[in-house]
Amino acid sequence: MNERFDCIVAGGGLAGLTAAYTMAKAGLKVAVIERGTAPGSKNVMGGVLYRQPTELVFPEFWKHAPVERPVAQQSLWVLGKKGAVEFGVKNPARTGPPYNAFTVLRAKFDKWLGRQVTDAGALIIPETVATDVIWQDGAVVGVKTDREDGDLYAGAVIAADGVFSQIALKAGLRPEWRMDQVSLAVKEVIALPAERIEDRFHLSDGAGATIELIGEATMGMMGIAFIYTNKDSLSVGVGIMLSEFVKQRRNPNDVLENLKAHKVVQPLLAGGVTREYVAHMIPEGGYESIPKLFTHGLLVAGDAAQLVNSFHREGSNLAMVSGRFAAETVIEAAQRGNFSASVLSRYRDRLDGSFVMKDMRQYAGIGSYLSRRPHYFTVYPDMVNDFLFEFFAIDSVPKREKLRIMIRKALDARSWFGMLKDGVGLLMRLLLKSV
Amino acid sequence: MNLEDKLYTVGSKPDEAESHLAIKDPAPCLGPCEAKGRPCTTFCPARVYVWEVDRITVAYNNCLECTACRIGCPFQNIDCRFPRGGFGVAHKYG
Repeated sequence: MNERFDCIVAGGGLAGLTAAYTMAKAGLKVAVIERGTAPGSKNVMGGVLYRQPTELVFPEFWKHAPVERPVAQQSLWVLGKKGAVEFGVKNPARTGPPYNAFTVLRAKFDKWLGRQVTDAGALIIPETVATDVIWQDGAVVGVKTDREDGDLYAGAVIAADGVFSQIALKAGLRPEWRMDQVSLAVKEVIALPAERIEDRFHLSDGAGATIELIGEATMGMMGIAFIYTNKDSLSVGVGIMLSEFVKQRRNPNDVLENLKAHKVVQPLLAGGVTREYVAHMIPEGGYESIPKLFTHGLLVAGDAAQLVNSFHREGSNLAMVSGRFAAETVIEAAQRGNFSASVLSRYRDRLDGSFVMKDMRQYAGIGSYLSRRPHYFTVYPDMVNDFLFEFFAIDSVPKREKLRIMIRKALDARSWFGMLKDGVGLLMRLLLKSV
Repeated sequence: MNLEDKLYTVGSKPDEAESHLAIKDPAPCLGPCEAKGRPCTTFCPARVYVWEVDRITVAYNNCLECTACRIGCPFQNIDCRFPRGGFGVAHKYG
């Protein structure tokens, strides 16, 4: 393989395929190195895919791509040990265009995306692992692969090889992640007939629902659980900071089974058959963990760049937008015949000028703040549940006395001062940063 | 549903020739990691790592390729790589 490309993309996920498609459409000679038998075979997400950022590159993709259900209902369940408190939004209008989001299964969706990339003229090299970069005179000029004579050369390389990016690591752009910079997620795809899904989640016209769950859903650990409706299956999973698993000595599958057995969750899943069990890491270190994003001849996009806004369940969109920005930067560089860091730094400018870095910056520090305040995951979910349980209990106790009992109970769990500090602290972090 | 049955649902092409996971040095597992509860034996979603008498065994063909063991080992004692191209898990749904 002595062919030379304009760009080599390591990794056939959302960032890499979006980048490859954009560059191939602009006439660049592009190769994608994919370690699975086809794009998608190694990829995992919850998964919610957002329409608008996807359409910027793949107009009207939803007419052809294998999407599951348009998301028309979203809710958050604060799961206590015994019950749940729900907050939700229902938007029947989202069942038709303009859609906001779709649930997808990545093995199917990415395979389709891969076909678009191939049709656009890029070469996808499957069953090949990009293991290292090739340096020449201080610039990255290609990648090494695990194939015999597998060195590939290009003007630029885009590292879109995910949270475990070996390209960004070996090139020295990122350190080894610490266990408090990543979450570990496990998920089951549980088959259930479409009519049952629609009955149980109150859906019509093919609409879909997403439920995020905190509290007992993660057994009090810092993280979140989810239940998403697909066409004829549910995606049910939990994602928890790896540092929490290590500290609490818990197994992810046990936490998932605990969630599935919970009294308010179990009826949604009853009769379903588990078709697949998957595990993946999510880069959740936030703004502070974003590595160096470029050097001479190399750009880093998507999960490899820690571009995840976990607070808003955003990752797939940030992967696609960063992949597109990386591609646009490489297109410019190819036109100028100059892949030096000064030209590729336009990638960082594009990210900084967009919502990507504005949002990442706004939520900077939120992860480490929450990790120092475990009460959000341990104390408050049960407190909210108990409070409302009492509030709705009609039991001949005068309201004033009831309130006193409820307050005393809350104070047993956390002091006034502690609650005030937690509430104000979180609000300040979320709101004041935006002004 | 127990974990063993769940692992049966995972499509994969096992690499019989070589393991992509290895314990670099048995000493930390035997010694200082005991007090830490040998975290790899609990946080691994596929329970690839099992403590057997005096060492960790590695059932690498059950690996789901999350790569958490590389980061979660308190002694950075696990050499975790991707399986060779074409081997390992092949998701039907993902």
